[in-house]
Amino acid sequence: MSDKDFVTGMDSNARKSPRRVAFITRRTSAQVKVVSEETLQTFPEVLFRAAVAIEVMAIGLVTMALFFNAPLEGIADPSHTPNPAKAPWYFLGLQEMLHYFPPVVAGVLVPGLVVTALIVIPYFNINIEAQGLFLKDREQRLRVFYMAASALVLFLLVFRVYVALVPTLIIAIFMIVAAQSSPQTSSTFRRYLSSKPLSCWIMTWFLFELVVLTAIGTFFRGPGWSWVWPWRS
Amino acid sequence: MAKTVDQYFDELRDTRVWRSIFRSGTGSSPLKRSLAIQQNVFLHLFSTKVRRRMVSFSATWYLGTLTLGTFFILVVTGILLMLYYHPSVPQAYADTKDLQFVVSSGLFLRNLHRWSAHAMVFLVFAHMFKVFYRGAYRPPREFNWVIGIVLLLVTLLLSYTGYLLPWDQLAYWAITVGSNIASAVPVFGDKIHFMLLGGNLVNANALLRFYVLHCMILPLTAIFFIAIHFWRIRKDGGLYAHQSEPSLNHSAVAKEAR
Repeated sequence: MSDKDFVTGMDSNARKSPRRVAFITRRTSAQVKVVSEETLQTFPEVLFRAAVAIEVMAIGLVTMALFFNAPLEGIADPSHTPNPAKAPWYFLGLQEMLHYFPPVVAGVLVPGLVVTALIVIPYFNINIEAQGLFLKDREQRLRVFYMAASALVLFLLVFRVYVALVPTLIIAIFMIVAAQSSPQTSSTFRRYLSSKPLSCWIMTWFLFELVVLTAIGTFFRGPGWSWVWPWRS
Repeated sequence: MAKTVDQYFDELRDTRVWRSIFRSGTGSSPLKRSLAIQQNVFLHLFSTKVRRRMVSFSATWYLGTLTLGTFFILVVTGILLMLYYHPSVPQAYADTKDLQFVVSSGLFLRNLHRWSAHAMVFLVFAHMFKVFYRGAYRPPREFNWVIGIVLLLVTLLLSYTGYLLPWDQLAYWAITVGSNIASAVPVFGDKIHFMLLGGNLVNANALLRFYVLHCMILPLTAIFFIAIHFWRIRKDGGLYAHQSEPSLNHSAVAKEAR
């Protein structure tokens, strides 16, 4: 491919190729307007709607602030460690991982990998094309999937991370169902599953783990990071 | 003949002073409404027009807008809280107590700041997942997605640095647990930990550092990236809409081009 931003091809032999064709390669990000559709003016329509949305939320937050007080405990005391000492809720998934893995894995490697993975999402064509994971090269992809899934499951079993194992297994089961489905399957749900690309599966798995680990860290962990039932305390 | 409110407003907008400030004059023609966006240093970050179906609630759930809303609330309540707060030990805790029991509406201010902060963290995550599942990260929007990730990290840091400021047991130990993770970084871990806290333990230096980060450095960083984030929406062709975009089957097109 040439180093130009775009390549145009034109054949002057009208008998051989009667149509003139222009190619736009992947190097360009040309915006092609397929349909011109109805638009609203930002001022005042869209700004008004945004203002209403923010106001509704503000009313909700103000109501909450009137009825629920922010927590405030005793003055900071370095000589008295509360048990358990918990991080803010959005870090409790990480703290849950710290319970199983050494800090360099749970605190540095995993968050680093997550942030890197999030950043590179739009730079992979496989994510852009977003075709159903098992619609092409089904046998081979299924083999790779089984290998990757078993490795992950084994890894979680070795470290006894059962809380992360359960969501992994659930997602894996759905992926197997997706592999057994195709756009011709009669069930709408299975057709939906079969159309999901790899990035979607990974992100859903990540979201599921994030919610489960954060919820467990928030509600189900007591003294010494032991398991507690929130309704029994 | 009696004038309507609109006519009074039109007259106001036609005065010399108004026009010297806002540059565009009266009228509600599409041109004038476009100028209202384009000739305003803040509003010109946005597109002049938005696709109608992108305005519906189901398209975006307004998650980005609401995140901006929480940020506004946090800036306003945060500035008011700063008026009553000294970032020193043990005065910080006493000031927080005063906010709870002495300052008029102090309790309400702190509650609103706290709940809005939690809401913002939640909304940023929700916004990210909504954008992902809609596929709105696709070219030419890939860099705006990256800016979004930066904003996610800035939001987490904002929330985390604010967590220490009340200087109570909850704050102290949450930051101790969190900052110990920094020590786990290979080779430079302890140095990073020391730099973050201004010492080997969470102490008065850490409080001051977190205060400066929370009230100065991180909000300015956030505003900087929020501005780019909004501006890029316009530059990248407006809010991502599914069917109106050309199908991005790059490899097929590229194959034919060869």
